[in-house]
Amino acid sequence: MTTITHRLGSETLTAGRLPRATTPSVAVASIIIGYALAVLASGEGNIGLATLFAFVLFLVTIEIATRIVEGPRQAADRRAGNLIAGAFLLALVPLGSVTWVTVSKGLARFDAAFFSQSMRNVVGEGGGAIHAVYGTLYVTGMATLISVPIGLLTAVYLAEYGARNRLSKSITFFVDVMTGVPSIVAGLFAYALMGILVGPGTKSGFSGSIALSVLMIPVVVRACEELLRLVPNELREAAYALGVPKWLTIVRVVIPTAISGIISGIILSIARVIGETAPLLIAMGFTASMNNNVFANPMMTLPVFVYDSYAHPGTDVQPYLDRAWAGALTLILIVMILNLIGRLIARRFAPKTGR
Amino acid sequence: MSKRIETTDLNVYYGDFRAVEDVTITIQPRAVTAFIGPSGCGKSTFLRTLNRMHEVIPGARVEGEVLLDGENLYGAGVDPVRVRRQVGMVFQRPNPFPTMSIKENVLAGIKLNFNRMPRNEQDELVERSLRSANLWEEVKNRLELPGSGLSGGQQQRLCIARAIAMAPEVLLMDEPCSALDPISTLAIEDLMSELKEKYTIVIVTHNMQQAARVSDTTAFFNIAGTGSPGRLIESGPTDKIFSTPDVKATEDYISGRFG
Repeated sequence: MTTITHRLGSETLTAGRLPRATTPSVAVASIIIGYALAVLASGEGNIGLATLFAFVLFLVTIEIATRIVEGPRQAADRRAGNLIAGAFLLALVPLGSVTWVTVSKGLARFDAAFFSQSMRNVVGEGGGAIHAVYGTLYVTGMATLISVPIGLLTAVYLAEYGARNRLSKSITFFVDVMTGVPSIVAGLFAYALMGILVGPGTKSGFSGSIALSVLMIPVVVRACEELLRLVPNELREAAYALGVPKWLTIVRVVIPTAISGIISGIILSIARVIGETAPLLIAMGFTASMNNNVFANPMMTLPVFVYDSYAHPGTDVQPYLDRAWAGALTLILIVMILNLIGRLIARRFAPKTGR
Repeated sequence: MSKRIETTDLNVYYGDFRAVEDVTITIQPRAVTAFIGPSGCGKSTFLRTLNRMHEVIPGARVEGEVLLDGENLYGAGVDPVRVRRQVGMVFQRPNPFPTMSIKENVLAGIKLNFNRMPRNEQDELVERSLRSANLWEEVKNRLELPGSGLSGGQQQRLCIARAIAMAPEVLLMDEPCSALDPISTLAIEDLMSELKEKYTIVIVTHNMQQAARVSDTTAFFNIAGTGSPGRLIESGPTDKIFSTPDVKATEDYISGRFG
């Protein structure tokens, strides 16, 4: 036996600790000095430059202070923690900015008329986006009706029956390829398909739904497949051992166990396509009027409405811009409400764990 | 409600690999038969062939026959689903269905198969099964709560209740106590002694004291080395296997000089 002679660090178990107030006070000092440096460097208050200076200053000061008082391991820990916190704050900037701008500019026309009138015979002020709100719900709802059964059944095949055979491998490959299809191509596909099936130049909500389905199906397949694979094999075996056939095991044990995740996945896939503009421009066209028939005539959705208001304003530009912002705000709210509904449903069906 | 199992020259393969070789054994009804042996010797694999659960694993197949009261489980036209309704199984780790309450778990075999049953019969079956599994007194006031909220030992007894609610002829138990503490283990061992009045019970265990305590017949499995198939070395009355076994390897294993 050789004795262990090398030891990491000192013999004592205690180490120095920086006072709790260190981080906030260094942060405040860094921000002040950083701002001062930015003014010196560029001659005026540049927020971006000031933030950069302040953050670097903060990192360096904390690094040196921790290294001296607490040691290198704690210094590395704080450095990583501070970098992650910085990345998090950086990621929040666009989110906060989008929310702020949309709300502040969208509120101008976020009124009763916006949700009760269409743009039929409206030039200039007034009018609303009720036709686009309905259109969004119709087209996305129809796309969901098409995509969820196809996507879920494909996922069931891949996760439960495929066993990584040649067919399931090629399905996985093509699903991955579909994920990368540019959305405009999906629109062209739907337009061409309806042109062949119904007649050249057919534009309807349904053909928009087909375009969205092409984008949505791969997302649903991927999400559902992963979730079905997460269901423990023990539960399948438990069901088989009770004499439950495979298809009933899938329908009544595997899918219910994964249902909350599946619903989240579906909501995410809806959020993915609800903001699509380009394919719908091709497949559905524009309209200023309410259209309650998904299978005939052009239909409007909120993204197309926003694009149209922004790109083709009349002589009086401001009302169009206001309506565009209100449309964008409405779209964000719809996605948010969908997420909330999804969470409620997921919680309602989630596996019960309470004691 | 109990049937005799006979296997003759049973071989189990995973793909090209032969996992179990030439097992010939008779398992008596209304008795507990214990399979013992070192890890990887094919006990669990062999157990799973008795209700065709090995088919869940891709590439697994069987040669030879398993007779359940004279009827070959691997004969033409035999439906594995029907086999499993007669030969129930309890697994190593308790696996109650997380989406179901305690009551629904007990009724799972019936409900998942869409069999209709009047409410009072359901309640009666739930109580009878939970009483048989010695769990009724502990859960009778919380039948509507989720099964996953029970302790490990209670969950395992819930799984046993779920299996016997199907009124099987045979109950297979694959190391049912290996995840449990000694008190829960004792509860399940007591339960086995009661259940053998009605069912044929086969248990795989790594715990030799457990085999000695609960079983009437013991079968010892062994492998010659890594990569070679598991074989049945000998089987016989538990008293004899644990006192005067015929084969030296059995004695070595039981006395702890091996494995």
